Amino acid sequence: MLRYLVQRALEALAVLLLMSFVIYLLLGLMPGDPIDLMASGDPRITPADIARLKALYGLDRPLLERYGHWLAGSLTGDFGYSRIHAVPVLEVLAPRLVNTVWLMGLSFLLACLIALPAGVLAAVRPQGWLDYGINLVAFAGLSLPSFWLGILLILLFSVELGWLPAGGVGTVGGGGLGDRILHLILPVLALTLLTTGRLIRFTRGAMIEALRQNHIRTARAKGLAPAAVVLRHAVPNAMIPVVTVLALDFGSLFSGALVIETIFAYQGMGKLIYDAILGNDYNLALVGLLFATLLTLLSNLAADLVYAWLDPRIAYAPA
Amino acid sequence: MRRPEPLAWPPAGVAGARTGARRSPGRLLLQRFLRHRLALASGLLLLGLVAAALAAPLVAMALGLDANAVDLLDRFGPPSAAHPLGTDELGRDVLLRLLYGGRVSLAVGLLGALAAALIGTVIGLLAGYAGGRTDAALMRLTDAVIALPLLPLLIVLAALDYSKLGLPGGLMRSEQGSLYVILMIVALVGWTTVARLVRGATLSVREHDFVRAARALGAGPAWIMGRHILPNVLSPIIVATTLSVGNIVLTESVLSFLGLGIQPPLPSWGNMLTNAQDTIWQAPALAIWPGLMIFVTVIAFNFLGDGLQDALDPRSGQH
Repeated sequence: MLRYLVQRALEALAVLLLMSFVIYLLLGLMPGDPIDLMASGDPRITPADIARLKALYGLDRPLLERYGHWLAGSLTGDFGYSRIHAVPVLEVLAPRLVNTVWLMGLSFLLACLIALPAGVLAAVRPQGWLDYGINLVAFAGLSLPSFWLGILLILLFSVELGWLPAGGVGTVGGGGLGDRILHLILPVLALTLLTTGRLIRFTRGAMIEALRQNHIRTARAKGLAPAAVVLRHAVPNAMIPVVTVLALDFGSLFSGALVIETIFAYQGMGKLIYDAILGNDYNLALVGLLFATLLTLLSNLAADLVYAWLDPRIAYAPA
Repeated sequence: MRRPEPLAWPPAGVAGARTGARRSPGRLLLQRFLRHRLALASGLLLLGLVAAALAAPLVAMALGLDANAVDLLDRFGPPSAAHPLGTDELGRDVLLRLLYGGRVSLAVGLLGALAAALIGTVIGLLAGYAGGRTDAALMRLTDAVIALPLLPLLIVLAALDYSKLGLPGGLMRSEQGSLYVILMIVALVGWTTVARLVRGATLSVREHDFVRAARALGAGPAWIMGRHILPNVLSPIIVATTLSVGNIVLTESVLSFLGLGIQPPLPSWGNMLTNAQDTIWQAPALAIWPGLMIFVTVIAFNFLGDGLQDALDPRSGQH
């Protein structure tokens, strides 16, 4: 088990390192570098100044050398300065990460609380009316464009009803915990709705598979109550793949969070990355993207571990 | 689509006898009706949408309007005889823009899904048929692509300056340029599901006797893969591709909404919503229509894929 863990962790680390290079390379292909931007805003800067500035920041060096320099710095915890915010990158990042973890964590919890029972209920009588109803809801959730859902929620709860704020993380210059919670409701609701559909479909599929097994027929044949058959004999087996997908989904929740944060002007990691890319803030964008990659890799790692823990055959299988 | 009733196997009476009286013939009929009619209705709806999008120039002629004609004196116009769905924030006809946007969004969805399926099929066939190191390397690549935080990376890819890669700058800045970039991006990340499915199917098909016979007769790997394996792995490809059209339409619309996909004035359902949030107080209807089109299209492709899955792979259904 420990060997398996170490092996998976090393693989994740290798992917992270590779991604840091790929992202570094890609950001070099973005339109306009920081010095060109500076020069275009100030007519007094001469080509000689530009060359001097590029030499100062090492932008005249070959790509690999620059990347090596960045990597050496980041290994000592120096990720550079943010161009937009004019403070070290990590200082901008930390509070945003906290906001995003709240948003993703709450949505994830809610989605599990809705999707798991719904998926099990749908699977108990496949093709029944309840199954059709739950399936329709799940398909609707799968097919909703995230940004449109956000706009619709704003339209309903902020514009028409005026119950909830349309965006932000809190009222400027005041507001306590209650205010923060009010600002969280719509983004969390939107992200939850987007996640539930897939989870319901998956839970239902896993449950139907589990209910088809022979030991279920045995349990039914010996006269066990239907509820006990489902809850004690089928659910635990169905949960093995479901928990794995749950862990995987936590990482992919980040893509949804990015859109939702942008719509609701919620100051999280996703919006930070989006603004950094559009604002040519390469240091910030690079580290933000790497954090997002790390988050996804960690959830994949968690999925692998949970799977190996629930189903011990996995860890000993030849890779 | 319609199943020939007398030939259905096992005959209705046998199926009834086996699963008990719980499923009356009427109920079975109703179930089939709901399940497959939904896919059928989705297919018809999609055909209608494609026809309407293709007919956009005709509608423009009939209305005597131009989809890009700006009329600042008639902004946020209500539905009228001249403008059946009203006008947008620049006084352009909403119905026409929806139809022309549909051309773009549907074209990206269908072509992107086809391109992704092509890449996925080639990679899956190679991995499954070659086995060994090729298989391991290709599947690691697939796992890595699946493990990435997709949307943030797509935003980077969409924001790149492709003229820095030596691509003709004039082409990339043209109106169609953003279309090519989007197509490339969705194909680049959309192939993983098909690749995995095709690999899995190839692994089992290549052990069959007819493949061994072909090899004994001197057939080369390319011939075997194209002539003997591909036809036998088509059904998972068709199902996965149909389902992926919906996802690609969603991806395109998100990127266009964020200002990184299809560039205005070329309309797409995504970029029609870019300004909808700012004008939501004056014109809520502008925020409804394009999103509704995306939602309906995506859910129809999902229903269609689900129906195809049941039709093509009877084992996946719950019988």
